[in-house]
Amino acid sequence: MTLRKYLVLAGVTVFAAAGDSMLSHGMKQTGNISLHHLPGIVFAVLNPWVAVGIVLLLAFFASYMNALSWADLTYVLPATSLGYVLLALVARFALHEQVSPLRWLGIALISGGVGFVAGGPALTSHEHQREGSARIGPSPGELLAKDLRKGATAEDDAPVVSSGAQR
Amino acid sequence: MKGAYTWGGILVIVFASVVGDILLARAMKQVGDVHALWQRSGLWRVVASVFGNSNFFLGVTAMAVAFFSLLFALSWGDVSLVAPAAASLTFIGNAFAAKIFLHEKVDRRRWIAALLVAAGVALLAG
Repeated sequence: MTLRKYLVLAGVTVFAAAGDSMLSHGMKQTGNISLHHLPGIVFAVLNPWVAVGIVLLLAFFASYMNALSWADLTYVLPATSLGYVLLALVARFALHEQVSPLRWLGIALISGGVGFVAGGPALTSHEHQREGSARIGPSPGELLAKDLRKGATAEDDAPVVSSGAQR
Repeated sequence: MKGAYTWGGILVIVFASVVGDILLARAMKQVGDVHALWQRSGLWRVVASVFGNSNFFLGVTAMAVAFFSLLFALSWGDVSLVAPAAASLTFIGNAFAAKIFLHEKVDRRRWIAALLVAAGVALLAG
């Protein structure tokens, strides 16, 4: 994991949370949109909060795709859930809203889950990829990086296997 | 009866989101590390290989289906049930699907993480 990759994951988290909250703020200003009054959705997009929210969600999608190009889906998804934690913290400390004990428990569970995944390897499916898609030949540098990663994977898995054997 | 409709809607949302996530993840694995590709062949090569990938379009379509079924389900059921139930079941569904279809090694660490995150999301949004 390099700094660039951590920044991409941070982008996934921040853009999703900021985009969602701007959309929600903007849609509350524009009011309800009914099926009988569909042109209302055009006015919704003209609302600056909604427009910025859409741009941020596009940025989220770009960083999400970037992350999926070098990491497992089960590695990236918990990172997206950190956005919920971020929203709750913003609500508590920037907007001074009340956060119930049950929600603090939710925050703790998500953070714990992210911690579990972050301790492991980012990519585990590359053996399958190597035999499956030989369409783009990897450069020598990429092959070396893959071999290094493979070494890291084997080391990371060793404790898990041994703890399983003890039970 | 209303409850059956709501849970039916939630299942449709979860199914469509899992299919979308799996297809998008597969598409980006086929494209390969975009940073390496960018440095080798430039930004346009990255854009062309992402938009030229059929799994990418199928994935985006599935995501759109998930989004519109969420809108419909929200008109039947409570936000406080539909949104957290769909979000947390999608986490669990994705862990199964990533293991089966993407051959990711979902070890005990990742199972625990999926369950913790699913429970946490349900509590936060509930």
